[in-house]
Amino acid sequence: MKTTEILIAGFGGQGILFSGKFLAYKGLMEDTQVSWLPSYGPEMRGGTANCNVILSDSPVGSPIITAPDVLIAMNLPSLEKYVGAVLPGGQIYVDSSLIDAKVDREDVEVFYIPATQMAKDEGIGSLANMIIVGHLLENHPELSFSGVAEVVEKLVPPKKAALKELNMKALTLGKDYKSN
Amino acid sequence: MAVVFEKPKFLTDTPFHYCPGCPHGIIHRLVAEVVDELGVGGKAIGVAPVGCAVMAYDYFACDMIEAPHGRAPAVATGIKRCRPENIVFTYQGDGDLASIGMAETVHAAARNENITVIFVNNAIYGMTGGQMAPTSLPGQVTQTSPYGRDVNHCGWPIRVSEMLATLEGPEYIARVAVNNVKNVKNAKKAIKRAFENQIAGRGFSLVEVVSACPTNWGMTPKAALEWVESDMLPYYPIGVYKDRSAGEEK
Amino acid sequence: MAERILMKGNEAIAEAAIRAGCRHYFGYPITPQTEIAAYMAKKMPKIGGVFLQAESEIASINMVYGAAAAGFRVMTSSSSPGISLKAEGLSYIAGSDVPALVVNVQRGGPGLGGIQPSQSDYFQATKGGGHGDYRMIVLAPASVQEMASLTIKGFDLADKYRMTSMILADGTIGQMMEPITFEDTEITTYDKPWALTGTECRRPHNVVNSLYLKPEELERKNFERYEKYAEIEKNEAMWEDYMMDDAEIVVVAFGIASRVAKNAVATARKEGIKAGLIRPITLWPFPNAAFEAAVSARAFISVELSMGQMIEDVRLATKCDKPVTLCNRAGGMIPSPDEVLTAIRTAWKGEAK
Repeated sequence: MKTTEILIAGFGGQGILFSGKFLAYKGLMEDTQVSWLPSYGPEMRGGTANCNVILSDSPVGSPIITAPDVLIAMNLPSLEKYVGAVLPGGQIYVDSSLIDAKVDREDVEVFYIPATQMAKDEGIGSLANMIIVGHLLENHPELSFSGVAEVVEKLVPPKKAALKELNMKALTLGKDYKSN
Repeated sequence: MAVVFEKPKFLTDTPFHYCPGCPHGIIHRLVAEVVDELGVGGKAIGVAPVGCAVMAYDYFACDMIEAPHGRAPAVATGIKRCRPENIVFTYQGDGDLASIGMAETVHAAARNENITVIFVNNAIYGMTGGQMAPTSLPGQVTQTSPYGRDVNHCGWPIRVSEMLATLEGPEYIARVAVNNVKNVKNAKKAIKRAFENQIAGRGFSLVEVVSACPTNWGMTPKAALEWVESDMLPYYPIGVYKDRSAGEEK
Repeated sequence: MAERILMKGNEAIAEAAIRAGCRHYFGYPITPQTEIAAYMAKKMPKIGGVFLQAESEIASINMVYGAAAAGFRVMTSSSSPGISLKAEGLSYIAGSDVPALVVNVQRGGPGLGGIQPSQSDYFQATKGGGHGDYRMIVLAPASVQEMASLTIKGFDLADKYRMTSMILADGTIGQMMEPITFEDTEITTYDKPWALTGTECRRPHNVVNSLYLKPEELERKNFERYEKYAEIEKNEAMWEDYMMDDAEIVVVAFGIASRVAKNAVATARKEGIKAGLIRPITLWPFPNAAFEAAVSARAFISVELSMGQMIEDVRLATKCDKPVTLCNRAGGMIPSPDEVLTAIRTAWKGEAK
């Protein structure tokens, strides 16, 4: 496996850091090298949030991503800010229920998922992030969907056991969604 | 021949460096007598301040540390939280405790830190040569208030005991004086109470000792003690300002 | 092998400190290091330890001073503006020869500065900060694993030499998560006959003190302390060499800057440029031996998140006989691998000043 650099960006409160954490834990449990770096700011809620996750088979150098292989954009400002930075041949995952715009690049693969709307329809309102993660795991050549249940088990604390099922539901919705 | 008077065991043989007529010697002795009577000298750890009593570490016969200016209650907190079985006390002056160290004083009191604080208030910075203290009286002439303390310019002296007694935290706050025999005897009782409280685990106990500084006040020792009575005590009345366990035995 | 777990750098420091036997933490909240305090607040009460949030950084360092004098492994942590407030205590701790661990998760400055990562407290950490002649052992972790291992090492060195060890990290290493393993660490314990324990009326009293009114005595104390420092300079310098065997262009970087620099060096090698990296792990003592060993070097590049502070030590270590240039960002910005690569290419072409 080569190095996969994933940049996740959106508003605070969209679970940006959690979805990054999920990918990092998945890497950890698959014995790859990982790094997870959050943006941190004075606003606790509602500001911009982004998260850098690097998965690699060799030790991670800089944990700071300047040219991602994968961009997950959960709002328009994030897409506009980072769309040009994605490496040619990379992938962009767009929450199309929050972002009307289309990606104007021929050299990247783009996935439009109305994740926020899907989450609302299914009554799992806060888990749009995990729908996109499910879609990413299914569609990225270096990643795989298998093993997600163990990661959910690890990440969701026992006293919030109900969330396990909901996270699995979101991940599966994302996996099964046909975006193109 | 019967021994009728001797040096407390809790004092070392090092002669005091204090000026003639300075009550620090009396206050040191009171602390030492109390510690001896309570039998806790072997468990005691003292914190010396910055100021005239900076070399208290040479005089008390227990383990001692010299704290940065005003930080004695924080240093004492660090020691006591590590060694709760030891008896930890600070010995501080007014500049140290009530000016630069006010935050440390207030917060140690608010936490009801189980330590004993001996606070010597002589209304002046002694060691640096007689500058205005946070407790210098209105109109008091010092090196840095040569025309007398002007409260409109530099504010009013702080009544530490009254202020700390408004806090929920501390166990025991008392003000005493050492300007006559009766007051000295009462001062010893308060200091004893402050150490007994710590032994019983009751918490923060502070004894403010109104003292004198003949050298920097520019008075004879006798005149200085008279000035304590006539000028200091009206502004800083003697009394117990807080005693949560009043009436309880140790 | 021990289990790999994912942890933030700040949390790794806290967990490692507990494993090193630290049971007393005194601190005050400041971004970006507050996770250390939060971790301690959660853990300490459950293991019989003490977490205490002090009223200020000044109070917390003095609580550390008292606890260290009482003979206990103790620490505090803060970020740049808070370390300035602790400078008084650091000087007293040095002057009283008691051991302590202090963590600085740096942010941009001066003044209130910002909250993004920085390395601009290099001078403060390695050259003083507080008043008087003194040194601190300064350890610069570049990974979450090192946040832990250097914390354990820092406690050991502090006890061994009776002085402060400072972990000089930055907001990135503090906030990032990486896999980490905690091997069973063997902790050396040191006799502390000087500690404040109470005399039990069985020995002369111990005095922990930094006041020496006789200049001859104070001078002697300082000379003694500097003999100890010389021993540390001889024995304790640590660094990592990366692709240094035949390196002609040598990048020097610590902490997060070294991670960026490593990427740039690897890319430069692919271009046929003989680049290498010296990563100081101890900033004091500075690893001068690494520079003496760099015989093939013809130019050095100091990569820093500051206006150029370590570069002065690089010049001293190279005795100014090779060109040394600066590749830097400041104020919370981080140089990109491309910026470092450009500096390497420039030096390779011999255009370095």
